[in-house]
Amino acid sequence: MSNVVDARGLSCPQPVIMTVDEIKKMEQGEITVLVDTDTAKENVSRAAKSKGWSVLEINPDEEGYKIRIGK
Amino acid sequence: MKNFLATRWGIIAVGGFIGILASLLQYWGNPANMGICVACMERDIAGALGLHRAAVVQYMRPEIIGFVLGSFAAAYLFKEFRSRLGSAPIVRFVLGVFAMIGALIFLGCPWRALLRLAGGDLNAILGLAGLAVGIWIGTLFLRNGYNLGRTHKTHTSAGWIMPLIMLGFLVIMLFNPQISGENQSGLLFYSVEGPGSMHAPLIVSLVAGLLVGFLAQKSRFCTMGAIRDLILFKQTHLFGGLVALVITAFLANLVLGQFNAGFVGQPVAHNMHFWNFAGMGLAGLAFALAGGCPGRQLFLSGEGDGDASVFVIGMIVGAAIAHNFGLASSPAGVTTAGIGALIVGVIVCITIGLTMKDKAA
Repeated sequence: MSNVVDARGLSCPQPVIMTVDEIKKMEQGEITVLVDTDTAKENVSRAAKSKGWSVLEINPDEEGYKIRIGK
Repeated sequence: MKNFLATRWGIIAVGGFIGILASLLQYWGNPANMGICVACMERDIAGALGLHRAAVVQYMRPEIIGFVLGSFAAAYLFKEFRSRLGSAPIVRFVLGVFAMIGALIFLGCPWRALLRLAGGDLNAILGLAGLAVGIWIGTLFLRNGYNLGRTHKTHTSAGWIMPLIMLGFLVIMLFNPQISGENQSGLLFYSVEGPGSMHAPLIVSLVAGLLVGFLAQKSRFCTMGAIRDLILFKQTHLFGGLVALVITAFLANLVLGQFNAGFVGQPVAHNMHFWNFAGMGLAGLAFALAGGCPGRQLFLSGEGDGDASVFVIGMIVGAAIAHNFGLASSPAGVTTAGIGALIVGVIVCITIGLTMKDKAA
């Protein structure tokens, strides 16, 4: 069961704050982060890696990107 | 496609490039330590349009036009253009106004604070310290749930408005060119003396602006974000670009004979330490609450962010207010009215930070 963080429409640094909060809460597992800009996609991926998580998959959709991260 | 410019070395390369270019722009005619200063240049634009009548700071700066249009081009080329708006525009407008007032009390935005340091103006240290403290206060609000809410997708043409305004400025400038010794040409005011009279040739400024806009859109270069991410996430990614800018501008200044270390007699600067610190502190807090430095707000405007555009217009209006009501500092120092506005600005920004939390976000 993957947790979802919906950061669409939020500007810097909200998507990263929300992702990092979820990472801290879960410690390990899988999170799906929804974002709608390329900047947020890069920032979330970078933040996940810096917390020792890996980016499993990035899927573009109509609204932006669905980023799956896990540890 | 992997975005090289958004990698560590990419952002360092962009910061380094901007540093050299800014130093060269000074060499080619822009005012000292003001090769690129988003706040000063937007203030000059407000003056060129006659929104304020401070005769020494009136010039339609093509760099700013280039920033937005360069970013627009990059966003379209790499399919990143997304028209969006609706995240508390009036709040962003007010933040833009006070960001500008704070910057004009210090006499420069974060970009110029870095360039002043690179040119040897040690007063910039106080400004940068204030900037960091202002941003730090902003991160406290962010940690406590401060959030201006979500944008939503809108009509593509809505995102074109700011780039078209800038294109309009360029067209107006081409049809109302500067006349030597005259302070007005048709629709536009042109300073005949003071910082507004000092500028690189139009085409040079425009091309420089376009290049910076293009590269900064792709690299997400942001001077406020650099310090914010360092404080909030202990992340040095954007900070690399900021350090690179100072180093290359410093080296270029040495080569071009533009380096002059000291506190006294620095160009377009005053040495009232506390007010340099506090002015930039207010600006830093406003930029942190708005989510980007003044340059970044221009680049976001170019890629379709209507809220960033509102912040930019807030800054331009803020410059008009600052000069019409005598809030801006001069090399002689701060004004009493400026101190009053600074206090009001700090109260307004803190109130925004404390009261605007979005639990549903």
